[in-house]
Amino acid sequence: MADSPPRIMRPTSPHLQIYRPLITMMMSIVHRITGCALYFGTAILVWWLLAAAASPSAYATFSTVAGSWIGRLILLGYTWALLHHALGGMRHFIWDMLHGFGPKERVLLAKLTLGGSITLTIVVWAIGLAIKS
Amino acid sequence: MVELTLPKNSQITKGKTWPKPQGAKKVTEFKVYRWNPDDGKNPSIDTYYVDRENCGPMVLDGLIYIKNHIDPTLTFRRSCREGVCGSCAMNIGGTNTLACTKGMDEVLVKEVVNIYPLPHMEVVKDLVPDLTRFYAQHASIEPWLQTDTAAPEKEWRQSKEDRERLDGLYECILCACCSTSCPSYWWNGDRYLGPAALLQANRWLKDSRDERTGARLDNLEDPFRLYRCHTIMNCAQACPKSLNPAKAIAEIKKMMVERQI
Repeated sequence: MADSPPRIMRPTSPHLQIYRPLITMMMSIVHRITGCALYFGTAILVWWLLAAAASPSAYATFSTVAGSWIGRLILLGYTWALLHHALGGMRHFIWDMLHGFGPKERVLLAKLTLGGSITLTIVVWAIGLAIKS
Repeated sequence: MVELTLPKNSQITKGKTWPKPQGAKKVTEFKVYRWNPDDGKNPSIDTYYVDRENCGPMVLDGLIYIKNHIDPTLTFRRSCREGVCGSCAMNIGGTNTLACTKGMDEVLVKEVVNIYPLPHMEVVKDLVPDLTRFYAQHASIEPWLQTDTAAPEKEWRQSKEDRERLDGLYECILCACCSTSCPSYWWNGDRYLGPAALLQANRWLKDSRDERTGARLDNLEDPFRLYRCHTIMNCAQACPKSLNPAKAIAEIKKMMVERQI
């Protein structure tokens, strides 16, 4: 076997670079990203609770940060990530029951998840801002 | 493992533009992935012009036109030219499909037919991917009838209803369009069986004559082999036979749960 030629280094064919994005594929990626984002969102939640339990000054610090425009933007993102991931979970639950696999159904489910999460985020913030004012 | 970019030896360079066929009135532009194991260069994209008045309507007709009239070194697999053999599976216009059943005009992106080998596979040459592992995965689900009871004198009988349960599963031609469209298979193809092998696994799980359902499920009960499917659905979108591997996998997952209760 000493004469056998060295193994050819074959290239890997392109994948993400060339595959046409499909809505179901994009929603799967977004489900992952929102899932990761929720870890950080939960940390904010913990900070809020700790600040409330600690002292009025600690809570004031949290309120200042959370109330700033960038704080609000992060909270808005957290709200959407939470709702989107929750609806994504519902979508997976429907699939686990063996429904929603057809070509039209799976696209509809993907659109409903996205539309639903955006709508619910607006509703939650509208109610929140209405109560505050 | 997730690797979003291509390794150095796989990055695509600019290739050659071949002259337009003389006297052709209507041409379609083809951009085709090329890699030659013998010249030590990186893969490239060559540009060809297919004379539509001397060529059939399908993408495979275009490739054969190129091979016959422009560049005989262009390498691709093909055989039946009617969607039965699964040889000419490749990535066309951004989606995995069979070149023989896809019309050129269906896949134009900015008036160009873009053709690559099946994604995230080792390339043997040009549009020919190495399918060794893909076939080994199919073999690993033991795609044949397995029984414990003695064989009947004639054939294993099956009711019409039981036979119908194999519809949507037995039609698979093992072209690998589904498995190589799946991001989970791209990242974990060494441990995840992929949609094609799992659809076949479900075909034998569903067979009323098979008596090794338990052992078959045991073989699949693994965080990677089965559960790397995250219902991304690229497989169902890609299948040129309109089968639904994603659903077949969901059915296996359901069987896994049901046998626990």
